[in-house]
Order: sequence, then C-alpha cells, then structure tokens
Amino acid sequence: MSTALPELAGVHWRPLTSELSLVRTGRLWTLTTVAHTVPLVAAAVGLFLLQPLTAPLGLVLLAHAWMIPELYAARGANVAKPRPRSSPQAERTAVGLLGDLIGHQARELHARSGLVLERGGLGVWLVGEAGALLVRPDGRRVHCYCVRASDPQLPAGDRIAHLLLALRADERGFATVANLAFSGACWRLRRRLPEVKRGALDSARRTARCAVSRQPRTARAL
Amino acid sequence: MSRLIRMDESGHTTVAEWKPGDAGSAEAAVTAFREQLDRGYFAVISDGEGHAEQVRELPLDAELVILRRPIAGG
Repeated sequence: MSTALPELAGVHWRPLTSELSLVRTGRLWTLTTVAHTVPLVAAAVGLFLLQPLTAPLGLVLLAHAWMIPELYAARGANVAKPRPRSSPQAERTAVGLLGDLIGHQARELHARSGLVLERGGLGVWLVGEAGALLVRPDGRRVHCYCVRASDPQLPAGDRIAHLLLALRADERGFATVANLAFSGACWRLRRRLPEVKRGALDSARRTARCAVSRQPRTARAL
Repeated sequence: MSRLIRMDESGHTTVAEWKPGDAGSAEAAVTAFREQLDRGYFAVISDGEGHAEQVRELPLDAELVILRRPIAGG
C-alpha cells in the first residue's frame, strides 16, 4: 500500500504543499493584488490633484484597479464551472457511484450545487468537475485549484469522484499536483460564483469555522 | 462479493468480481487488476468518508476497489 499520489512524479520540481506554503502563497497573492491595484489608484488620485482635467484618465485607471482583481477572482470561479455532459445513462451511473462515496449531507449539497464538500487537514474542500476550492480553516481565504482527470469523456460524477479519491488518498499531494488559479478572500470569489455555488461556498465556510472553534486553543496556536 | 470497478465514459464498468476464499475468481481478479494498472489506471480503496488509499496489489479482503485515471493540473 502507498499513500503518496503517483501523479506527484510528474511535478517533481514542486515543493509539497503544506500549511506553511499555503499561508505564504496566500500572502503572495494578497501582495500581488495590492501591487496591481495601489499604483493605479495612486496614479488616478495624484493626477487629479495635479490637474483636475485628468479626471477621465483617472477613471480609466480606477476601472483597471477594480478590473484586474475581479479577473483573477473570475479565474478562480471558473474552477467550479460545470463541463459538457455525456449521455444521461452514464451521468446517472456516475452519480450513483459518487453517492456511494460521500455522506448524506454531501450528496444533498452536490445535488444542489454540483460540488462535493470534503473536510481535510488543510481546510474544507469543495470538489467540482474541473477543480477544487480549498476554504482555509478561518473561513476567510479560499484557494482555487484547477485539476482534472486525464480522460475528457468521463461523466460529471466520475470526474468529481476521480478528484475526490485522489484528494482522500493524499491531500497535500493533491494540492501540489493541482494548478493554483486564484487565492484570495472568500467574498471576492463568492461574487463571481453563480447563486447555487454560493450556497456551497457558504457551507464550506461555516464548516471550516466550526472545525476551528472545536479545536483546543493550544492546537490552534501551533 | 467483492468488485473491481473502473470509472470510464459509461459511468463505471465492473472489471472483475471475486468471493473471498474462492481462489479461481480471486486469481482472475488479480490478473484483471494488473492489466488495468498496466493500462495506466490507478487503484484506490475508499475507507469511508474522508479516507482512501492507493493500492498497487489487489486487496482481496476489500469489498470495492476503484480504478481511476491519473489527474493533472488544468
């Protein structure tokens, strides 16, 4: 029996994802967002103070400052988008197998949103057909991973089951193999998600917060 | 009855079935299992919610062994 994902061999140059690396990645994404936004806002304000007639140009700069972080969040939301369906019979069979792998509450959430909620050591996961969202234990930050099974003909339920089984087998390996599409505040992602998926994100945030509040204080400090 | 299933475009396909203690069906399942691994599938047993294990040998005492394709960053 082995525990590490075999797919890790294909990304041997990547350091294994850990609690620390997730925190660092989150900070780096925040820093990048600030670096994209602050100069544009500062330039808009500076130009207006120097010459009020530059207000139209300032508005363009402010629009850019708003749009760039939104585009990143939209990229994260794409991870949860459904993919084209295969035959109804195959979809039913695949959903049946997926249902056998998850609990009653997760089945209900999947029926509503197309996402499967899975508690992990790094946070709470929402697994979709072409990726997974990781809500960190405080429920504030989300990492969006783009990852999929190599067979494009698979029905939706099987695509999720592939990711779910890999995640369960090796959570850190799963996060290492996957490509990070976005990391940022949950509210930024939430605005870009369709209504049905927002509910799933809210459930994941509640679950993540509950998990933290149940931990003893000493464990939280570590 | 234990089952070896493969997730594929049909939803899933039962590749082999065996009964613990039935050497004939177990041997056929082991052969089918190795063939699938050679075709690039990975085998996983799900130990209930939140747990799964990659296996390289067919665990004959498992009720369900699932074959999956490799995953990759998109």
